[in-house]
Amino acid sequence: MEILVCVKRVPDPSENEIEVNKDGTDIEGDDLVYSVNEWDNYAVEEAIRIRDKVGGSVTVVSVGDEEAEEVVRREMAMGADKGILLSDDAFEGSDGKGIASILTAQVKKENYDLILTGALADDGAAQVGGMLAAMLDWPFASLVNFIEILDDKKIKVGREIAGGNQEMYEMDLPCVLSIQTGINEPRYVSIRGIRKVASLEIPVHTAGDLGISPESVGEAGANTKCLDYFVPELGDGARILEGSTDEIIDNLIELLKAKGGIK
Amino acid sequence: MGQQVFAYIIHKDGVADDTALELIAAAGKLDTDASVTAVIAGAGSELDSVCNEVASFFDEVWKIDNPALAYVTAEVLRPLLVRILPKHGIVLVPHDHFGMDLAPGLSIKINAAYLPDVVDFEGIDNGKLKAVREEYTGQVSTHVLSDISQGAVITVRPGSFKADERKSGDGLVIDKTAQAIESGLLVGAHRFLEIIEAQVGEVDITKSDILVSVGRGIEDQDNMEMIFELAEAMAGDVSCSRPIVDAKWLEKSRQVGTSGQTVKPKVYMALGISGAFQHVGGLKGSPFVIAINKNPRAPIFQVADVGIVGDILDFIPELTERINELKSA
Ligand SMILES: Cc1cc2nc3c(=O)[nH]c(=O)nc-3n(C[C@H](O)[C@H](O)[C@H](O)COP(=O)(O)OP(=O)(O)OC[C@H]3O[C@@H](n4cnc5c(N)ncnc54)[C@H](O)[C@@H]3O)c2cc1C
Repeated sequence: MEILVCVKRVPDPSENEIEVNKDGTDIEGDDLVYSVNEWDNYAVEEAIRIRDKVGGSVTVVSVGDEEAEEVVRREMAMGADKGILLSDDAFEGSDGKGIASILTAQVKKENYDLILTGALADDGAAQVGGMLAAMLDWPFASLVNFIEILDDKKIKVGREIAGGNQEMYEMDLPCVLSIQTGINEPRYVSIRGIRKVASLEIPVHTAGDLGISPESVGEAGANTKCLDYFVPELGDGARILEGSTDEIIDNLIELLKAKGGIK
Repeated sequence: MGQQVFAYIIHKDGVADDTALELIAAAGKLDTDASVTAVIAGAGSELDSVCNEVASFFDEVWKIDNPALAYVTAEVLRPLLVRILPKHGIVLVPHDHFGMDLAPGLSIKINAAYLPDVVDFEGIDNGKLKAVREEYTGQVSTHVLSDISQGAVITVRPGSFKADERKSGDGLVIDKTAQAIESGLLVGAHRFLEIIEAQVGEVDITKSDILVSVGRGIEDQDNMEMIFELAEAMAGDVSCSRPIVDAKWLEKSRQVGTSGQTVKPKVYMALGISGAFQHVGGLKGSPFVIAINKNPRAPIFQVADVGIVGDILDFIPELTERINELKSA
């Protein structure tokens, strides 16, 4: 089975407190620690497990600048066979549809049986997988938390729905699935593992290579533009308890007693 | 004339979802002159009761009725919507597990703009809609501008707009089945099998009065012990956010949130939980919420009654000790 996994380099939510920059044009970028989008990491792990069971290969692809190469390489260290970077100045500022159309061009160059994306990334949009499937006219399922390969034409898929329930489907290949966290436990990647793949070549495909006209993607082709970033002023918010730890605990215990939190 | 807005209505067991009336409010905020049409797919008498229930709130109701839609799936529904939606219409869909499945592909198929997970609208100017979204699980907000002159598919975050309960429509239900299904249903490549219900766990957190809830801020499985000790001191139960379940540190039945349990305790302690909307969405019945987080800007402080900015790993053992002292005194 030929599997393509789409990954994105994002600020690591567990390493950063995200702040808005001074003029509100972007988030504060100076000290950000980046990593692979959490959902994508589960997708790569799942692809590797499928390959180990039924054979074939796993390719990891990212649309981004040269820095995106580091996350592609990290996922290769996890066990993906190939990496591809889709990179061009014309891609910068793409909206979700732009990213999906760049990925579509890559998919059409090769023969993939299964495409996995993360369910969502740092912008919370949860859009690229569904758009990619629609552009390819392939079946799609989002929030996938279970995959079983039935044969080389069919798979069984579980989708997470409300309340911890699960929808089960049988789907024909090729198809696109967006992966939800918790589907597996992604393996750890050691520094040694990354060193092992350090010299592997990651081909870069540009707009020209992919046959994409530059004005259809990037900022030029984007229908949706981000105007500014801000932190909303919302109501009163919490009453913040201040003082020494002892004072805070005294205060809290009184509150807990009053509200029935300590009996 | 105002925008023509279509609101996709989710329903279950013949009853419309809470989001139905929220979408009317959203449409009104998008454009005060909007005419709002409810679009409802389903089968038979259940479908009819949903249509009757919502009709008087909408200007119009479009129904698609077919036995194969008794359980509606996005893949089957999408091509039907493509057939009945007019060019350049605005479609609102709740941003939940169904909307995330349906909407991105729908925007491609009707060649319309896509705006996901919108929490507010700030007006249309010259065919461009200004909307508010959140990024980085609610840590920052952003204004986005989208050209909706060719139509738009917009997913609206549940709970962001207060349900509009004014009965304003004339309740006309229009049967769109024939137009939607003219050349048959597409079920081939994607076959719904069944629903597997969530497993019941060792504790039922939906019945707890006191919940001590732990998030990714606990950092390490070895630290989980202190959460159970605090819960015991408070005579409460332990619940958690999703990453704790993903890491298999607690069972799924202890997860609070849209893809976990909906809880209604009297007191809710959120310990090292950032306050993502999918988590907070599982808190009902206005509990007294205490949040402890080392990030003073964590979104959880916006929903909490009382906040403590600090490291839970230091704070929790001290709190537990003090409560235990108090009880033995
Ligand atoms: C479709 C879908 C459904 C979802 N359903 C759910 C759901 O049902 N329930 C749910 O919870 N999530 C759900 N999520 C995930 C949700 O979006 C968030 O990712 C999740 O809630 C984050 O959990 P968290 O707050 O524990 O972790 P994080 O967002 O990583 O937050 C950790 C917090 O801990 C703080 N912290 C770190 N260390 C310390 C310390 N030592 N002391 C004090 N504070 C510390 C940090 O400042 C941060 O605020 C869902 C997501 C999707 C896409």
